[in-house]
Amino acid sequence: MEVLSLLANGMWLALQPLNLMLILIGVSIGLFIGAMPGLGSVNGVAILLPITFLVPPSGAIIFLAAIYYGAMYGGAISSVTLGIPGASTAVATTFDGRPLARQGRASLALVTAALASFVGGTVANVFFTAFAPLLADVALSFGPPEIFALMLLAFATFVGLGGDDIPKTIFSICFGLVLGAIGFDQISGAPRLVLFDIMGFLQGIGFLVLAIGVYGIGEMLWTIEQSRGEVESTTPKMTARGMAKDTAEATRRGWKGTTIGSVLGFFVGILPAAGATPASLMSYGVAKMVSRVPGEFGKGNPDGVAAPEAANNSASTGSMLPMLTLGIPGSPTTAILLGGMVIWGLVPGPLLFVQEPDFVWGLIGSFYISNLAAVLINLAFIPVFIWMLRMPFTILAPMIFVLSIAGGYAATRDMFDIWLIVIFGLGAFVLRRFDYPLAPAVLAIVLGPIAEPTLRQSLLLSSGDPSIFFTRPVAGPITVVALILLALPAVKLLRRGRGKVATEKS
Amino acid sequence: MRNGEIVTAGVLALFSIYLMWKSTELPVGYIPDRGPGGGAWPFWLSAIMLICCGITAFNWWRRTTPPSQSDEPFLDGYGWRMVGLVGGGVIVFVALIQIISMYGAIAVFLLYYLRGLGRHSWKLSLTTAITTPLAFFFFFEGAMRITMPTGLPFTDPVFDVLYEIIY
Amino acid sequence: MSTTKRSFLQVACAALIALAPMPTLADGWEPRRPIDFTIMAGAGGGADQIARFLQSVAQEYDMTNRPLVPSNRGGGSGAEALIHVSNASDPDHTILVTLNSFFTTPLRQENLGIDVQNFTPVAMMGVDPFVLWVHTESGITDFDQFVAQVQSMNGDFVMGGTGAGQEDSIVIAFMSDAYDLDINYIPYDGGGAVARDLAGQQIMATVNNPAEAKGFYEAGDFVPLVAFSDERLPAYPDVPTMMEMGHEFSYYNQRAVVGAPGMSEEAAEYYRNLFTQIYETEEWQAYLESESLSPLWMDAEEQAAYWATQVESHRELLASLGE
Repeated sequence: MEVLSLLANGMWLALQPLNLMLILIGVSIGLFIGAMPGLGSVNGVAILLPITFLVPPSGAIIFLAAIYYGAMYGGAISSVTLGIPGASTAVATTFDGRPLARQGRASLALVTAALASFVGGTVANVFFTAFAPLLADVALSFGPPEIFALMLLAFATFVGLGGDDIPKTIFSICFGLVLGAIGFDQISGAPRLVLFDIMGFLQGIGFLVLAIGVYGIGEMLWTIEQSRGEVESTTPKMTARGMAKDTAEATRRGWKGTTIGSVLGFFVGILPAAGATPASLMSYGVAKMVSRVPGEFGKGNPDGVAAPEAANNSASTGSMLPMLTLGIPGSPTTAILLGGMVIWGLVPGPLLFVQEPDFVWGLIGSFYISNLAAVLINLAFIPVFIWMLRMPFTILAPMIFVLSIAGGYAATRDMFDIWLIVIFGLGAFVLRRFDYPLAPAVLAIVLGPIAEPTLRQSLLLSSGDPSIFFTRPVAGPITVVALILLALPAVKLLRRGRGKVATEKS
Repeated sequence: MRNGEIVTAGVLALFSIYLMWKSTELPVGYIPDRGPGGGAWPFWLSAIMLICCGITAFNWWRRTTPPSQSDEPFLDGYGWRMVGLVGGGVIVFVALIQIISMYGAIAVFLLYYLRGLGRHSWKLSLTTAITTPLAFFFFFEGAMRITMPTGLPFTDPVFDVLYEIIY
Repeated sequence: MSTTKRSFLQVACAALIALAPMPTLADGWEPRRPIDFTIMAGAGGGADQIARFLQSVAQEYDMTNRPLVPSNRGGGSGAEALIHVSNASDPDHTILVTLNSFFTTPLRQENLGIDVQNFTPVAMMGVDPFVLWVHTESGITDFDQFVAQVQSMNGDFVMGGTGAGQEDSIVIAFMSDAYDLDINYIPYDGGGAVARDLAGQQIMATVNNPAEAKGFYEAGDFVPLVAFSDERLPAYPDVPTMMEMGHEFSYYNQRAVVGAPGMSEEAAEYYRNLFTQIYETEEWQAYLESESLSPLWMDAEEQAAYWATQVESHRELLASLGE
């Protein structure tokens, strides 16, 4: 088969000594950057640019792929060890990764995350290799109504995520959605919700500002207050045998989540605008739904770590598809890669596969190699991260605060956002005391800015007729499934005789 | 906690009303042939927030949720002191960024936390407080090309030297 | 600690920085810290591509002794970037890559209190023309068919763009007015998303810069119908211009670099030299050609005058749009 020989060529290219070295360096740097709250693969590009003048373009791309994979693995590390999701894609990983770490099983969580990521990435790579051009057509068939239907489906999986207090969960979701609406209204271009007429709100509130505030400041304050100076001494010992045991347990208890995440993640990931965050969230929801022990989710179930991690890795690989097949960037990182391609004299677009097969297959080949390198390096580093957790809490805590503030600034480069982080942090601490779940708000601030414009674009397309969500061949079934899923908990609630809450949010 | 629950719900309800009022700057209704107006999304979501606060208050009155049954104080003396010292420390930290630069503020905050709250030795506190910002500087500015705030102009000579080193 | 950091840095961050010869720019003012290179648009669009191209050219020839650090601030049609740059605490190290929202955003958002004449002119790197595109499968091959098609659909003809008051919407508004067209205009958050949805035929036509549609054009997915430039574009010699159709209308997106308000004259001179050098590189000239940009070199005074005329003409354009 021609594809296989092209792929083998690409892999061979990635295995050249110089390129292999770039992969090892890139993965390590990426892992480190990804593990820092506030930094992500897009920051790796800062390293990429000067490199492009030292090595041939193929080397530069391979380096980027390595950073990209390293950063994806790294996101789980801060979710598990620090409890701060380094990127929106890793929020769902905190749900079960953090409880595991608190139980002294951080190594199990990290091993599960690494293995699930590897499987997710590999599955996505195989799909990618086999079906890239076909999938590009699928991606293009997703217009605004389809994306909105998908968002609705993602919200449907929210319902099971909150605490027991349903009005507070719904409050949290809506709060996140409203925060996401601050700034400019994309459709009319008018400024909107400029709170207290402070100009800083014009630029909107980013996901990281809320996430770092809630997790980096709020959760930390809560932990410090709860622990009364006696931080739970659950520092685990790391031994080779322990790792082997964790690997076995991760495989046994995480394979189901991994499977769901790998497949679902890829298909959500290739869709324009959707991306890895809804993918990881939906995989978590589905894994919980099909699990025989849904009650264990949120309390430290390895499936709950595996599903979102497999999904975000798979989806991130999938999101390369629109870039390579169509020349359309799906994320800031791919946008910069596209810029790089222009600099190297390549024309991004549908013809790239035909005109520059060496480039494309070199990149795909290096995905395979980088993914393998990333899982090995990640596993090797796990003892280091565990060792970090054994630092006395009075050293770890200020370090986390410093990382949160510096990382927050690195992400937004605006002092206004830093003050918002502090305000959100203090607010989150208070709300946490009163049982308001905040994870739904953190996810809603990511999904809201996708959902609202697509809703309104769809209605513009149909001249205001909402039936567009039901009559289109792809959007229709998704909408119906989402509405059924949303209605299920409502029906349960009605049975419990608390009908008031049920009819609200859809 | 019981008092805190209703006060929190009340404050959030007021905030929801403010958001609703603020949303009305743009049309909140359904514009024929064009779908919802620019303010509709935040307006109706804020309205749902308001309803949720109402239900929380109702549950408070019926005493059905844990916080509405609890007689514990929101924070005890220890809690207030810890939150004050740590939370206050973070606020001062952020305020200092604009005066003595990100790195200066990190050093001061670490020294305060490690020595003042953590009661670590002077040696450990000072070493950490000096090496961490330096490491951060080389990481952020050198490797990541991210410029952090440098504070008021009096810090310039220090940064001129540091930038000379990395570029 | 710092020594290990540095060795890490030299490996990771390319030996080039450490080993390169000193820059050869004119004596006088030189930046002392990294230069804030703000981009008035989100990642991935035309302006972003250009900014990153400029940055990499500067880096390749080691033209600056401190790096250009790009940051995207596209929020609110560039209002975010304008506020950021106007309030820059260090105007000597803050420059901005602009497009036409540099003129339209302050006009549409007067409460921002931004007067573009306060900014410091640095360099005009070129102007980007606009072209009307349809999908090949629509069967439309020339502008007359397009007009007939739109008119026959009674307002159901869907076009996508980057938002009310943005460059493409101004062009579309002109077209609608001149040919009495009723177009259903859907705003997107960037030129990339618009091109994607035209490729997927979610929308029926767009007005886009050639750079953003080129890949699809070469693959045979997009058909250019009319260019809104003064003369035919060399890369698209068969595409007529609006001028040829008897309308005195051309519209370009400016690709200019400006300095923060309050930049010192020495610093401004430094950046003008820098971008003149970049402008003259082979790379930039090749970029202008391959992406169909037109050169429009101006010195500082001409730029200030150009801004004044652009503000006026945009005021009129926006007024005729009912903004």
